[in-house]
Amino acid sequence: MPHALLAPPQEAVQPILDRHARDPQELLQILVEVQHALHCVPPEAVDLVAEYLDVTRAHVRGVVGFYAFLSPAYLGDYAIYLSDNITDRMLGNRELAEYLCSRLGVKLGKVRADGRVSVRFTSCTGLCDQGPAALVNGLPVTRLTRERVDRMVELITARKPVSAWPPEFFQVEDNFRRSDVLFRRPFEPGAALKAAMLRGGDETLKDIQQEEALDPASGTLWKRGADETLKELYRSDLRGRGGAGFKAAIKWETCRDTPGGDRYVVCNADEGEPGTFKDRVVLTTYADMVFEGMTVCGYVVDSSRGILYIRQEYWYLKAHLEAVLARRREAGLLGRNILGTGFAFDIEIHWGAGAYICGMESAMIESIEGRRGKPRKRWPLPVVAGVERAPTVVNNVETFAAAGMIALKGGAWFAAHGTMHSTGTKLFCVSGDCERPGIYEYPFGVSVREVLRDCGACGAQAVQVSGPSGTTITRSEFDRILAFEDLATVGTMMVFGPDRDLFEAVENFSHFFQHESCGLCTPCRVGTSLLVNLVDKVAAGKGGPMDLIEIQKLSQIMKTTAHCGLGQTAPNHLLDSIAKFRPVWEARMMTREFEPAFDLDAALDEARQLTGRDDAAAHL
Amino acid sequence: MAEKLKVATCSLAGCFGCHMSLLDIDERLLDLLEVIQFDRSPINDLKQIEGMVDLGLIEGGVCNAENVHVLRHFREHCRILVSVGECAITGGIPSMRNHFSLKECLEEAYIRGVALENAQIPSDPELPLLLDKLRPIHEVVKIDYHLPGCPPSADAFWHFLTELLAGRDPSLPLQLLRYD
Repeated sequence: MPHALLAPPQEAVQPILDRHARDPQELLQILVEVQHALHCVPPEAVDLVAEYLDVTRAHVRGVVGFYAFLSPAYLGDYAIYLSDNITDRMLGNRELAEYLCSRLGVKLGKVRADGRVSVRFTSCTGLCDQGPAALVNGLPVTRLTRERVDRMVELITARKPVSAWPPEFFQVEDNFRRSDVLFRRPFEPGAALKAAMLRGGDETLKDIQQEEALDPASGTLWKRGADETLKELYRSDLRGRGGAGFKAAIKWETCRDTPGGDRYVVCNADEGEPGTFKDRVVLTTYADMVFEGMTVCGYVVDSSRGILYIRQEYWYLKAHLEAVLARRREAGLLGRNILGTGFAFDIEIHWGAGAYICGMESAMIESIEGRRGKPRKRWPLPVVAGVERAPTVVNNVETFAAAGMIALKGGAWFAAHGTMHSTGTKLFCVSGDCERPGIYEYPFGVSVREVLRDCGACGAQAVQVSGPSGTTITRSEFDRILAFEDLATVGTMMVFGPDRDLFEAVENFSHFFQHESCGLCTPCRVGTSLLVNLVDKVAAGKGGPMDLIEIQKLSQIMKTTAHCGLGQTAPNHLLDSIAKFRPVWEARMMTREFEPAFDLDAALDEARQLTGRDDAAAHL
Repeated sequence: MAEKLKVATCSLAGCFGCHMSLLDIDERLLDLLEVIQFDRSPINDLKQIEGMVDLGLIEGGVCNAENVHVLRHFREHCRILVSVGECAITGGIPSMRNHFSLKECLEEAYIRGVALENAQIPSDPELPLLLDKLRPIHEVVKIDYHLPGCPPSADAFWHFLTELLAGRDPSLPLQLLRYD
């Protein structure tokens, strides 16, 4: 039931279709725009899109069904998603949700009868340092309080469009608390690219532009610059910043040396790991650095096509990112003739639509190609057969930013920072119980204790490093170092103060994985649900030692048999928690043996009513 | 000769197919009876377990109050309790009713059924009350082993029982877990 305020589907969908090619790969991008225009993807729109792209309606519906932010049913004139990461919970989002719902007269997860508004929870929105956060019609509202909720209710009641809401609601801060060598000063657009191209010799850029160098096929300077830049990348020993730490130079070289069509350079800005928000800040303030890193990569691997895949939660950055790209095209840093050398490279933005799994590179590529974001088989790797089965470099936002700086300042400069096997600096996203949540740049090798001291979290009892899929560490481990040698991490650090009940994190994380499992493989699809059942049973005070053993058994099965990293890492937090914080579990155990998760006598209730019986045998 | 190990069996919301499959070990039953002795079981029609038994085999899920009592009785009297077959382990065919409310199920059978006179939902106190949902048995009591299959093949029974009685890990080899 689309609302009268919004255009009817036909009118709204046609211009969207007109903006996109008749290519099934455009499906997800079209659906994202339809969702924004209509606050749903109604059956009429499914028909129009299916016909336009010449795909089946089932395929379109399948894609709509996969992504959390695409909805077949109307979400109301105001679609409110409340971020439900553990850090939002620490800041009281559950109470605020209840308050918001009661003020609006709406049931959580349902649209109000008049079609005005709906409220539901969503996974972490990447605003953990300024929560509790929400998305209203796709725009982030930060630092929710009761007062802010009151104001929101007034505005919704008065039917004020979100564009007319007070701008301070939508204020998103960088909170860049500590910068080191990489993000110390603003990045000068073009500097890294010029440096890369000039590595071909000591000639000036003007020389590159001369006839013999112009043609990439014959120009020796051209090729030499790319080769030398790759060598610098090797010298830097830069490892992927997405968490896995694969060496960027090997990936780039493999991509370059794999035959097969035009290559792709893909920047992974999906950033779905709860508690992670560095990509948001980098793309807000250092977008040029990222795009330049991607362009340098295109230069090195001989690719002309770059894609930024970015999560739907950062939709508010759309205008900003498009403006940066436009400015770079004007400055000759993107396009068909970059810096007058004839090198062609451009970047397009692909929007995710709410799926944690799309941070996994092959699932992301499926999503880029417009399908459900299900991970592909492990081999061949994307670097050999990625987007459209062409050789594809997929790197994290921060990796490209670092690569850009390495092109500018050289590999030795970069390798002088950090540790033996983890060179350079790393961004850390600190949130939770600390005085100064935000982004911290440190050289690799910094200890957890040092980060905690700097952010003002000396009393912490635990830190969740690298998000729910990472490692839970206790006080006695705070001297461990953040580096691939010890605690490998995407940079996420959620801090738990001394008074926190850590079981709340266990509940939050296990439900998160259940929600985000893509459903492809049984160990993950069923395993995450069974784990949630067991965690909920313990939470309800019906757990026993048997249930802990069962959790550990299931976890082992998932770690060894799940198809991709999601299922393999989903039980990490449970195993850590049981091993390191067992009292948290035991405090909830009412039984030493085994007890059903449900009330047996209550299970006879319906039968008692139907038969009118209440004798002794009618009870358990 | 050492004292024989005692084994009790029963079928809850099952079809007795698992028991039939147990009997399908054929003449090996005689070898088995050299080392075990059946306590309560439909095979000998004993109705209660006397004292403690070593091994209990349960077929079928938990659909009513009586099943709960029987299951608890087994748990209390069996040192090792085994969930046998699809219905005990997952609920099986009887759990298809879980997609409907109990009211819908009973009305379909006793109110809307064909050729009924004086249609009513039976309420005789002799009849055990049905649970709102059928449950696999491990959701009601602690279970030590699961013996899968619909039914577990005679060879699976034989392997499981002989290994367990010999004090070894009774895990089934892959060929006994293949059903295609």
